[in-house]
Amino acid sequence: MKFDTPAGTSPIDQLKVIGRPTDRIDGKYKTTGTAPYAYERHDAVPNQAYGFVLGSAIAKGRIDAMHLSDARSAPGVLAIVTTLDTPRLGRGRMNAAYLFGGPVIQHYHQAIAVVVAETFEQARAAAHLIRVDYRQEPGKYDLEAEAPHAEPVASDSGEGSGAPHEARIGNFEEAFAAAPVKLDESYTTSDESHAMMEPHATIAAWNGDKLTLWTSNQMIAWGKGSIAKILGIPAENVRLDAPYVGGGFGGKLFIRADAVLAALGAKAAGRPVKLALTRPLIANNTTHRPATIQRIRIGANPDGTITAIAHESTSGNLADGKPETAVDQTRLLYAGANRLTALRLAHLDLPEGNAMRAPGEAPGLLALEIAMDEMAEKLGIDPVQFRIINDTQVDPEKPERRFSHRDLVGCLRHGAERFGWDRRQQQPGHVRDGRWLVGYGMAVGFRNNLLTKSAARVRLDGRGMVTVETDMTDIGTGSYTILAQTAAEMMGVPLEMVNVRLGDSAFPASAGSGGQWGANNSTAGVYAACVKLREAVAAKLGFNSAEAVFADNEVRSGNRSVPLAAAASGGELVAEDMIEYGDLAKKQQQSTFAGHFAEVGVDAATAEIRVRRMLAVCAAGRILNPKSARSQVIGAMTMGVGAALMEKLAVDTKRGFFVNHDLAGYEVPVHADIPHQDVVFLDEVDPMSSPMKAKGVAELGICGVGAAVANAVYNATGIRVRDYPLTLDKLIERLPEAV
Amino acid sequence: MKAFTYERVSSPAQAVAAVARNPGAKFIAGGTNLLDLMKLQIETPTHLVDINSLKLDGIEATPEGGLRIGALMRNTDLAADERIRRDYGVLSRALLAGASGQLRNRATTAGNLLQRTRCPYFYDTAHPCNKREPGSGCSALDGVSRQLGVVGVSEACIATNPSDMAVAMRALDATIETVDADGKTRAIPIAEFHRLPGDTPHVETVLDPGELITAVTLPPPVGGKQVYRKVRDRASYAFALVSVAAIVQPDGTGRVALGGVAHKPWRIEGADAELSRGAKAAAAALLADAKPTRDNAFKLPLVERTIATVLTEARA
Ligand SMILES: Cc1cc2nc3c(=O)[nH]c(=O)nc-3n(C[C@H](O)[C@H](O)[C@H](O)COP(=O)(O)OP(=O)(O)OC[C@H]3O[C@@H](n4cnc5c(N)ncnc54)[C@H](O)[C@@H]3O)c2cc1C
Ligand code: SF4
Repeated sequence: MKFDTPAGTSPIDQLKVIGRPTDRIDGKYKTTGTAPYAYERHDAVPNQAYGFVLGSAIAKGRIDAMHLSDARSAPGVLAIVTTLDTPRLGRGRMNAAYLFGGPVIQHYHQAIAVVVAETFEQARAAAHLIRVDYRQEPGKYDLEAEAPHAEPVASDSGEGSGAPHEARIGNFEEAFAAAPVKLDESYTTSDESHAMMEPHATIAAWNGDKLTLWTSNQMIAWGKGSIAKILGIPAENVRLDAPYVGGGFGGKLFIRADAVLAALGAKAAGRPVKLALTRPLIANNTTHRPATIQRIRIGANPDGTITAIAHESTSGNLADGKPETAVDQTRLLYAGANRLTALRLAHLDLPEGNAMRAPGEAPGLLALEIAMDEMAEKLGIDPVQFRIINDTQVDPEKPERRFSHRDLVGCLRHGAERFGWDRRQQQPGHVRDGRWLVGYGMAVGFRNNLLTKSAARVRLDGRGMVTVETDMTDIGTGSYTILAQTAAEMMGVPLEMVNVRLGDSAFPASAGSGGQWGANNSTAGVYAACVKLREAVAAKLGFNSAEAVFADNEVRSGNRSVPLAAAASGGELVAEDMIEYGDLAKKQQQSTFAGHFAEVGVDAATAEIRVRRMLAVCAAGRILNPKSARSQVIGAMTMGVGAALMEKLAVDTKRGFFVNHDLAGYEVPVHADIPHQDVVFLDEVDPMSSPMKAKGVAELGICGVGAAVANAVYNATGIRVRDYPLTLDKLIERLPEAV
Repeated sequence: MKAFTYERVSSPAQAVAAVARNPGAKFIAGGTNLLDLMKLQIETPTHLVDINSLKLDGIEATPEGGLRIGALMRNTDLAADERIRRDYGVLSRALLAGASGQLRNRATTAGNLLQRTRCPYFYDTAHPCNKREPGSGCSALDGVSRQLGVVGVSEACIATNPSDMAVAMRALDATIETVDADGKTRAIPIAEFHRLPGDTPHVETVLDPGELITAVTLPPPVGGKQVYRKVRDRASYAFALVSVAAIVQPDGTGRVALGGVAHKPWRIEGADAELSRGAKAAAAALLADAKPTRDNAFKLPLVERTIATVLTEARA
């Protein structure tokens, strides 16, 4: 089905099942430990051996030799594959560093061997016995030191955020110089780890030249193509299966060392091999969100209208890596005739920087939305009002392009009222509650809505059961549930009559889970397949498909009604289709919007910062399941608090690695950090997005949150911190003396 | 983890004998620290002597009017004990500020005292660390040291002792009771129990190899307002950047000990004497010889400010 004209009315609009706050279908399996994750697919294939991945102990250089005799003779060892006996492998989609092969070390903990043994403990112990002769080379590990040499580089996150190395509209420099009110500040954001609960894990088994990977991956079709390319085998010989994924946040968009080394280990051992990456390897072997240094300049008239806005960002990466697209949102978010955005990339020899939840916008808004707060203060205008003044209904770089639907102002007005924004003391440092200095802050959330094709198959059996099959993944987001809701709505059956099967590359290729595109596109794919199935049912039962009504397990037209199951009495009916998109997204800009509000307390003595309550008001098209959507947004808000207050991969700039490479050292928020979250979705639809009229929410939820927290800290203390995370050491010397 | 043998013993005498018989043996209590270190091959015992059945998990009154806490008493049980909560509030609060509920259910009194540092380089065997590998050097000195020590540090090591419990016990003047393979018992004041790093940071306590902790005794209650304040980036489940254990009497005198700043729970009796003059004076005495790094210099003002807020709480 090609979607190239705005959506009209469809059975989805009945909202009998869609749009209801439905419990997650997989919830009971997750909470009872009966949803098997990749490492727990004990029944998938017999005779599984265990693999353990060894990472490089240096950040840059070469391996001269690897001494294996002790490891080979260790108890239980079945095979060892080293990077020296493997030619450098190909790279999969979006891989900047090589995952394996050859003597060259590009970053710390790059995989250099996999040991396969009868037990996990034996594999791990043997890996420790491998002695490696390294030849270390000097590397570059300090973004601040390298930033002055950074080169202009365009970038596309591959996840809906992109920018040329420089984009100019009007004459920024002139307009900025002439602006009566100006801001010119720098901000930094830190390297962050996805820190998902389930580590990267894979079980690999070969059957002749056919490879099956039971793995944990967000994008099955990409993964299938990538592993084939990396291993140099035909894609049709590969099957990936990932029915449950314990979080990814972008860290599992691409094939990583777990899949490659499980496959190589299994080949060498002649047995299926399971392995998981250890926590230290997740920080230094896989990808992370790169740190940024951002400069923002804003010029405005005294009435608050922005006349000039510039956003420049520098980040670091390996030679073939890309810059973080932190300026993308600034091209679209606020009006202003004179504009400049620029991206620069510094060469670093740290592990690979790549996509993490809302790549680009998440760090970009951390900076931009503090700058907007600072500017509002300079202008003496309320921060909410300042954003409203500069709202735009058109793409500021191409005014002929309208936003398909943009109600940022609604988010801000509704949010301000619900939060009690009018109680905010404009003068910072003036509210005290016992030992706490209390402040309010707000920021705008913005993230584009991506359209990408997605296919599905739908079956109807003789009992009236509907089965959906697509390689879509459920990474904890609720895909199972919203796809079931879609099929139930379309086929006129209750949810219990729908069975959803996901994550298998043998199923039709879906949009996958990334760039907050999963929900809208994958449900639209199921919608398309259901339209076909309805036609097949109607034909089978002798109805005119345009007139047939599917409801209550029946198909009706006029005064005739037939059980849906009857259509499959002579054998299963199967329909498959794909949603594809025309150029609607080119003609109009599709984005999602939020107003984020936060109240924080800052301990007057110790400068510890604790969030007291938060609110997000989101405008993101039709909300398919308010319950799972809310879960996505509160999770994203939590991650936003992490970015604001504690998450930072600490770089050893001498040795070139992330030092705090486990969950004791890399702190993410715990329950005690997140007392009260409120989420509101504006009641809206966007007929330009798909037949579902839905958009993404899961990345929108993180965008801007950290800046709302940072602005609240300023409001509480009068201290402006422009370097994330806002830890107490950045405030302590500037707080008034403790009594 | 290296392969090891394992045995379970049922009396202190058996325990010390078992360790004496096996060079390279270690006691295992809750295992919450030891097993993690074994997985990373930072600890490589060849034999484990499981002491969980020693029946040293109770608490009893001493003739002097204090309490004797069994070495195997779980942190959760100790924190919840009515007498501890009533008379030694600082200890209960310190315990509850540590780790998580699940860990405290396993962690024991002796294991907690002997837990090892959380210096990130200690945990990464690819890098030099004098504590892990004597003589190899200290990566933290020119590396990432935000969490690490500011007082009592040496050229060889700037690590901290991460225990919360021990800081409160230091303020309470606890005594550690031990027995060795010859049946000889010792009572070691906690002030002398942990060592400064000096040039042997791998030697962390005055215990002899194979010496078993059997109990920790607390002197009779000293009364006063007892406060434990742990400062950290996130609200729970994080080690202290700085912590303060204080016992403040109605007349303003008292005791103060610090966590998160040194290789041992940090108390200077001279600083206690300054307490009635306020936080600035007490902090100055405690941190007189401080040698912070650029990363952790913030701990100095933080200590002073935390003492100030603790004193405010105690006097409220
Ligand atoms: C994620 C995490 C977070 C944590 N956070 C905190 C925190 O915030 N604050 C805090 O204070 N602690 C924290 N801890 C540490 C925790 O308190 C310790 O791991 C625990 O107290 C150790 O006790 P155990 O009984 O498990 O010791 P074990 O691991 O069994 O033993 C530790 C050491 O003591 C020795 N040992 C044990 N018993 C005896 C004995 N009777 N005689 C002689 N030697 C003995 C063992 O040989 C071993 O060397 C944390 C731990 C983890 C894993
Ligand atoms: S501070 Fe101590 S524990 Fe840390 S690296 Fe240096 S010697 Fe090792």
